[in-house]
Amino acid sequence: MPQYLLSVYGPAEREPYGDYGSKEAMLEAFAATGAFNDKLVADGHFVFANGLAEATTATVVDGRGDEPVLTDGPYVEAKEYIGGFWVIEAPDLDVALKLAAEGSKACGGKVEVRPFQTEDDIKEMLGA
Amino acid sequence: MTVDDALTRAHREEWARVVATLTRRFGDLGVAEDAAAEAFATAVEKWPSDGVPANPGAWLTTTGSRKAIDRLRRESRRDDKHEEARLLFDEPPRDVGAVDDDRLRLVFTCCHPALSPEARVALTLRMVGGLTMPEIARAFLVPEPTMGQRITRAKAKIKAAHIPYRMPEAEDLPRRVDGVLAVLFLVFNEGYLATGPDTDPVRHDLTAEAIRLTRLVRELVPGGEVTGLLALMLLTQARAAARVSATGELVTLDEQDRGAWDRDLIDEGHALVRETLADVAAGGPPPGRYQLLAAINAVHTYARDARDTDWSQITTLYDRLVRLDPSPVVALNRAVAVAQVDGPDVALALVDRLPLDGYHAFHATRADLLRRLGRSPEARDAYDRAIALAGNTAETAYLTRRRDQLASPSANRIG
Repeated sequence: MPQYLLSVYGPAEREPYGDYGSKEAMLEAFAATGAFNDKLVADGHFVFANGLAEATTATVVDGRGDEPVLTDGPYVEAKEYIGGFWVIEAPDLDVALKLAAEGSKACGGKVEVRPFQTEDDIKEMLGA
Repeated sequence: MTVDDALTRAHREEWARVVATLTRRFGDLGVAEDAAAEAFATAVEKWPSDGVPANPGAWLTTTGSRKAIDRLRRESRRDDKHEEARLLFDEPPRDVGAVDDDRLRLVFTCCHPALSPEARVALTLRMVGGLTMPEIARAFLVPEPTMGQRITRAKAKIKAAHIPYRMPEAEDLPRRVDGVLAVLFLVFNEGYLATGPDTDPVRHDLTAEAIRLTRLVRELVPGGEVTGLLALMLLTQARAAARVSATGELVTLDEQDRGAWDRDLIDEGHALVRETLADVAAGGPPPGRYQLLAAINAVHTYARDARDTDWSQITTLYDRLVRLDPSPVVALNRAVAVAQVDGPDVALALVDRLPLDGYHAFHATRADLLRRLGRSPEARDAYDRAIALAGNTAETAYLTRRRDQLASPSANRIG
């Protein structure tokens, strides 16, 4: 079954309560997201989900040369970064978009839906 | 019927069915499109010597299936014996109902909301309308490679993201049908008020295609708004011949030669409007945007003379439209009707409040109202703004004449 990456974007600099404004709002979003995750598991869509630490904590590694080169910070300079994501399974995009809408409502952020490559896609790329 | 006629007719009537059936069988829009194109090319080659087959649609679908299987086998992407056997022997019966469902699935796939509006229009014209890439590129005045890339990207997204080839869920259907109608309306409008310095003012290829596809969608998903959109297109298209003068200038509704209107299209449009009104009267859902626009156009086309136009009815219909769609463009059109009922001064006060500074029709409307109020210098400025923003050649010519007919500032008389 096709798999999709559902990425949640948020501001680069996080406020004291994440992107939620208050402790109550944050707890509410956590609870709603937890319930949404439970539903994904129950309906057989869940593959993986987690939240990420702030983008400033990232390190870029370039291991193509003799010695790996390390750079502090995220790979791309941006105002908004991925704050967390789901990997889900869904029969088609319509189902994935519906789940993304529910997830967006639950966590209180915009969600980008991106399909994973399939074996067929790779075969086609290789011209096999 | 000559072979050429048969080929043209088959292309017009069977293209969407062939692409739709092949898409269902092979699960890939790109494979279906290429195979359908090959099947039609084979027909061009064979029909003149072999004769036109008794059932051209079935012949084209079978030929297209063989082409697709050949290609998949060549590319050995589906070398599994069972898969091949399924493709070869699982020929679906050509039940008309099922095939029509296929065409509808195709329309919904091409107009999927996850695709950009430009891509939806281009894909619909290619896959459902059967227009070639150069034709679509020309219609939208973009270079062929750009249009080619747009269509290729859209097909790649449909495939990679698994945009489904099926009817939307019942709960999503009304919204998805609205999306399809929006695409068809866009195609029609681009044809009716074509933009571009060297473009024909009316692109009959696009308006005709939009009408044909709307008829098809209406056959498949009947409903008030589909009927309304078809009526709106017919009543608009009916005036096309009177809309541009011999010198290539736009002729406004009040100055058109109503004898040049296409009576057949008007009669059909009126019948459709009556049908939607009867449905509403029988307790159906309240009329939507296209039904109201169609009704407004019906009022215009009922008047044999511009002076007989029932402007108060048009204003009432616009009042309902504003409640449905409170956008400034609708408010602008309503103001034009208000000018006829309450006078240009009342209308100008409404128009001046609208945030439409970048829209040519806003300045053209202001110019006309100011002209009628005798405020020539302001009218001239407004015509200048409208001319600078207008993209349609016939409209530019009309606005320029109107501006130049204003009294010159030094003459100091009311124009």
